[in-house]
Amino acid sequence: MKSKEKGMTLIVKTVTRLTVGLILLYGIYIVLHGHLSPGGGFAGGVIIALSFIHLMLAFGRETALKKLSQARASILESLGAIMFLSIAVLGFLGGYFFLNFLFKGKPFNLFSAGIIPLCNIAISLKVGVGLFTIFVVLVLFKILKEDNE
Amino acid sequence: MILPFFVIIPLACAFLISLLGKLNKRISDIFANLGTFTLLILSLSAIRYQLFAKVIVYRVGGWPPPIGISMVLDGLSSFILMSVNLVSFLVCLYSVSYMNKYTDKYRFHSLFMLMLAGMNGVIVTGDLFNLFVFLEIASISSYALVAFGTEAEELEASFKYAIMGSVASSFILLGIALLYSYTSTLNMADMGSVLLSRGNSLLVNFISVLFLMGFGLKAALVPFHAWLPDAHPSAPASISAMLSGVLIKVLGVYALMRIYFNILGINNIILSIFMFLGAASMLVGVILALGQWDFKRLLAYHSISQIGYIILGIGLGSPLGILAGLFHLFNHSIFKSLLFLNSGAVAYRLGTRDLQDMGGLKERMPTTANTNLVASLSIAGIPPFNGFFSKFLIIVACIQSRQIIYGICAVIASILTLASFMKVQKYAFFGKLNKKWQDIKEVPGIMQLSMVVLAVLCLVSALLITPLFKPYLESAVNVLLLGRGYNKAVFGALK
Repeated sequence: MKSKEKGMTLIVKTVTRLTVGLILLYGIYIVLHGHLSPGGGFAGGVIIALSFIHLMLAFGRETALKKLSQARASILESLGAIMFLSIAVLGFLGGYFFLNFLFKGKPFNLFSAGIIPLCNIAISLKVGVGLFTIFVVLVLFKILKEDNE
Repeated sequence: MILPFFVIIPLACAFLISLLGKLNKRISDIFANLGTFTLLILSLSAIRYQLFAKVIVYRVGGWPPPIGISMVLDGLSSFILMSVNLVSFLVCLYSVSYMNKYTDKYRFHSLFMLMLAGMNGVIVTGDLFNLFVFLEIASISSYALVAFGTEAEELEASFKYAIMGSVASSFILLGIALLYSYTSTLNMADMGSVLLSRGNSLLVNFISVLFLMGFGLKAALVPFHAWLPDAHPSAPASISAMLSGVLIKVLGVYALMRIYFNILGINNIILSIFMFLGAASMLVGVILALGQWDFKRLLAYHSISQIGYIILGIGLGSPLGILAGLFHLFNHSIFKSLLFLNSGAVAYRLGTRDLQDMGGLKERMPTTANTNLVASLSIAGIPPFNGFFSKFLIIVACIQSRQIIYGICAVIASILTLASFMKVQKYAFFGKLNKKWQDIKEVPGIMQLSMVVLAVLCLVSALLITPLFKPYLESAVNVLLLGRGYNKAVFGALK
C-alpha cells in the first residue's frame, strides 16, 4: 500500500526546511563573488539548482514545482542565455564583441570587474534553471510510470 | 567586423525561438529562416572580404591573439562557411512544411540554430579550446535532433550516437589538454609556431593519434563509422540532410585538415594514413550500401563512402589532390542534402522508407523524382553534373601522385555507387506504380522549391572549376598548402 503523504520522513523535512534557505543564499553568494573568489556563475548556478532539487526530494515534486513551475523555468533559462548574449553584443559599443565596456572599479571590491559579475548572473540563471529542468524531466518519467500502475 | 555575427545570429535566433516560439506557430519559422538567410548573405560578403584581405583576424573582447580568443577568416574557412550556410538555408526553407508532421516545431528550430551556431563557431574560431566548445555545442544539439521523433528506434540511434560521440570528444579533449601542457598556449596560430620551434617529439605523435581517433569518429571514417548508419536515417529528413551534408564535414574533415595541416604539421606518414582510411571508407561504405533496402540507410552508407573520397583527395597532399578533395566536399554537401530531402519528401507522402514498397513514383511526384535523378547522377559521377568533375579530378590526382591503386579504388567505388543509385531509381521512381499509392500528391510547394534550387546547384557548382571561380577554390587550397606558415599569415594580418 502506498502512503498518501508525499516525500520523505518528518526528520528529513525538518532538516530541509532549516537548510534550504541557507543553500540558496550560499549559491547566490558564490555567484555574486564569482569575480573575487573561487566559484562563479556555473558553480553558483549548480548550488542554486541543488536547493530546489533538495526541496523536491524531501517534499515531493508538487511543492518544488509550486515554487518554480516548468514553464517559468524554461522562460528563465532562455532569458539567462539571451542576457549573456546581449552583454556580449553590447561590447560592440566599445568596438569589440565581448568587450568589457563597463567601469572596472577597484580590484577586490564587490562592485568591480565591469561586465564579469553580470555575466556570472546570466550564467547562473541558465545553469541553475537548466539543471533543475533536467532533474524535473528525469523525475517526470518515473511519476508517469507510477501513475499508470 | 562581420566574423562574430556568424555565431551571434544563430545563437540569438535559437534563444529567441525557445523563448517566443510557444506563442505563435509562425514565429519560429520566421526567425529561423531570417537567421539562415542573413547568414547566407554574410557568408557571401565574407568571400569578398576574404579575397580582398586574404586573412582577417578578429580579436574577441579587444585582446590580442595569444592572450585572448581570436576568430580567423581565411580562404578555407570562407569556403566551408559558404557551403554550410548555403545548405542550412535551403534545409531550413524545406523544414517549414516538412516539420509540420512533428509536434513542437519550435524546439526543432531552436536546436537547429544551436547546431548551426556550433558549426559556424568551429569554422571561424582561431582558438583550439574554443573549437572544442563549439564542437560540443554542435554535437550535443545533433544528439537531441536525432532523437527528435522519440520513437524507440530513434532513441536507440541517438543513444548510440551520443555514446560514440562522447568517446570521440573525450579523445579530442585529452589531445587538446596534452597539447596545451606541451605548448602553454591555446591559440592555434601560436601553437603552430611553438610546435615548429620545438621540433617533433613522441608526445606530438601520440596527440596526433588521439586527434585522428576523435575527429575520425566525428567524420565517420571507416573503422569509426558504426554510429552513422543508425543516427543519420533516424533523424527527421531535414536533419539527416544537415548531418550528412555538412556536420560530419565541419566537425570531422575541416577540423582534421586545420589541425593536421596548420598546427601539428603534415608528414608522409599521416598523409598515407589519410589515404588508406579514405580508400577503406570509400570501398566499405559503398559495398555496405549496395545491400540496403532502407532509402535513408542506403544514403547514410553513401555518406561514409563519399567522405572517403574527400579524405583520399586531401590525403594525396598534392595541390590538385587537395583542390579535388575540397571541391568534392562542396559538391557532396549539395547533392547529399538533396538526396536526403528527396527521401524526406517520399516519406512525407508515403510514410515509408522501404524501397521495395515504393515504385513508379515518377508519375505522382514528378519534381521529387526529377530532382532525385539529378542528384543520383551527380553522386554517381555522370558528366554534366558536379560530382563527375570532382571525382575525375581525384582520380587524375591519384595518377599524378603515382597512387595508381588508390585511383583504381576510386573508380571501383564510383561504379558501385552508380549501381546502387540505379537500384534506387528503379525501385522508387521508375517501374510500375504500386496500387497503394494511387492517390498521393506531390509535396507542398516550398519543399519543391528548395529541392529544385539544390538540383540547379548540382549543375551550377560544376562551374567552380572554371577559370572564373577557380581562384576562390584555390584560395582555400592555398591555406592548406601553406602548412605551418599559417601562424605567420595570422600574425601578419594583425599588423
